[in-house]
Amino acid sequence: MKNVAKNLMFPLIAVVAAFLVGGVIVLIVGDSPLLVYELFLTSAFTGADGIGYTLFYATPFIFTGLAVAVAFKCGLLNIGAEGQLIVAAFAAAWVGLVLPGWPALLVVTLSILAAMLAGGIWAGVPGLLKARFGAHEVITTIMMNFIAAGLIGWLTHDHFRKQGDPILESLPIAEMKDGAPVGPHIPRMSAILEPLGIHFPARLPLNMAFFFALAACVIVYVFLWKTKWGYELRAVGVSPGAAQYGGISIARNIVLAMFISGMLAGMVGVNEVLGYRYRYYHDFSPGYGFSGIAVALLGRNHPAGVLLAAILFGALTRSSLFIQIFTDHVSKDWVVILQATIILFVACEAVFRGGALRLFRGSRPSVAGE
Amino acid sequence: MVRYSTPLILAALGGMYSERGGVINIALEGIMLAGAFTASVVTIFSHNPWVGLAAAMCAGLLVALIHAVASIACRADQVVVGASINMLFLGVPALVSGALFQSTGSTPQLPREQTLPEMHLPLIDKIPVLSQLFSGHTAITYIAFALVPLSYFVLFRTRFGLRLRAVGESPEAADTAGISVYRMRCAGVLLSGALAGIGGAYLSIAQNSLFTRNMTGGRGFIALAALIFGKWHPVGAFMACLLFGFAEAVSDQLQGVVPIPVQLIQIFPYVLTLIVLAGFIGRAIPPRAIGTPYVKESR
Repeated sequence: MKNVAKNLMFPLIAVVAAFLVGGVIVLIVGDSPLLVYELFLTSAFTGADGIGYTLFYATPFIFTGLAVAVAFKCGLLNIGAEGQLIVAAFAAAWVGLVLPGWPALLVVTLSILAAMLAGGIWAGVPGLLKARFGAHEVITTIMMNFIAAGLIGWLTHDHFRKQGDPILESLPIAEMKDGAPVGPHIPRMSAILEPLGIHFPARLPLNMAFFFALAACVIVYVFLWKTKWGYELRAVGVSPGAAQYGGISIARNIVLAMFISGMLAGMVGVNEVLGYRYRYYHDFSPGYGFSGIAVALLGRNHPAGVLLAAILFGALTRSSLFIQIFTDHVSKDWVVILQATIILFVACEAVFRGGALRLFRGSRPSVAGE
Repeated sequence: MVRYSTPLILAALGGMYSERGGVINIALEGIMLAGAFTASVVTIFSHNPWVGLAAAMCAGLLVALIHAVASIACRADQVVVGASINMLFLGVPALVSGALFQSTGSTPQLPREQTLPEMHLPLIDKIPVLSQLFSGHTAITYIAFALVPLSYFVLFRTRFGLRLRAVGESPEAADTAGISVYRMRCAGVLLSGALAGIGGAYLSIAQNSLFTRNMTGGRGFIALAALIFGKWHPVGAFMACLLFGFAEAVSDQLQGVVPIPVQLIQIFPYVLTLIVLAGFIGRAIPPRAIGTPYVKESR
């Protein structure tokens, strides 16, 4: 218990400090911090709308947070979640588009698999470059982000768009008819809760992907701490030299870690395409990939922490709109600033924990028997 | 082409100073945004672009200071700090301009007289082809180009440069020789901030006349790519920046003319960097101690 408390303390301090800084910023632009805090709490945590949207936004944060956390555990920094989720979302939509008329369940399954594969490959390439050539994964993943944006943007624009549609989005794989989606999709929370007698508004985009996210947390935990592969992955992260001495292949684990990381990031595409928009919508991500770094750091790279941090960020995203509307000067960007400040503070806190320091330091694999 | 390369050159050279000292600086993007925004706002209120330029440099220094404190003094992970700075300056300009100008992230446009003036070199102006290439640019461009040989000189022919490189390659040895690792790294990071700030200013008060949200559009990362492509050498980085600037200029001109889609032309610099990092065009080896916070060992 003492350990848990110790681990919770620093992220909590970081968050509180960031909120205080945010409050100061609100004061500077001429509004009341108390109003902002109140808006945050009420819009994000009260009512079906509040909780529904908070959890819906939290879902991608859970995925990207897990993605970054898994990579961190192997000593890698995956900044490419942004690009990975783009290709994954597109892949999911693509499957839906090239298989019209196939049984919905099959299409959905293939879509999900396609998303995971696409994300995994998009992360696996930088992983390979690192394992084989020592290329720093930070730069390669950033490059892959831009390449993804350009490539998918082009594909959507030139090949998968409805003629004359000014919005950069693909053709839909399912349409909303009378409030319910028709076509391959994963059910919204309203459809899931209906048979249980709970009425949940259908317009809320919270969908089954949230449960996938929860499942992912459990799976990641089991994989990392209860399986041999997870152990090896973590060993490489803690001390590549020692791991190699013990017979563990550094290169293989780097690629594995990145691939898994990409798969997790790719699940964001499932939430977006199969659960919400039923099409690929370019630029749908308000920085889920980068925020994933914050979520992972805040959650100390542990699935439970990631879950909590993701809910916090989901709440922030949900409330950002309300804060913008109901204050005179504070805009949605305040939330972005808050997130950035949280990252900064958490990054500095990590210094005080010797274990975390070793995680950050293991960036370059020692291949030649250092 | 020269116009497009200018901000890249400034940011890349800045990045070089930081990274040669051993501090990864991916916050170049954010610092450029900070510089661009500051230049625009200050020029609006002071009606003088030169003041705006100076302010941009100071803004760059301040942001770099955050980076330096967090990465060097607090020993936080340099990449994470850089990423958070980038995020910050996606949001801060929008918030501030919303408060100042009631806008959603852009600043009001500056009248022509208040942007940085074009400078015409008297002699070269008379020569037809050269005049187009070398004359009529703003001061920032000339500064940027002059900085290339200057940086070469500073980095390889002065004591400061030697110490900076030493600190990046082997901080332990430099420390033993009595060089303050923290101070040198700080200097490198601050320099990168100043230069990137000026680079950003170029975008908002020289190339254009206003600041728009996220106007750097990834240039900070392209500059980083150019730096790596140029193997952390001022001349190499300069050539890479020219190459990328050329690609950007070409893509602008070719839109609709050539069958290659514009998005694919735009990703050219990034693909190139990947190829370079994979070692197909000679290995790009960074300074040895880059990215690792330095901890003074007890002897």
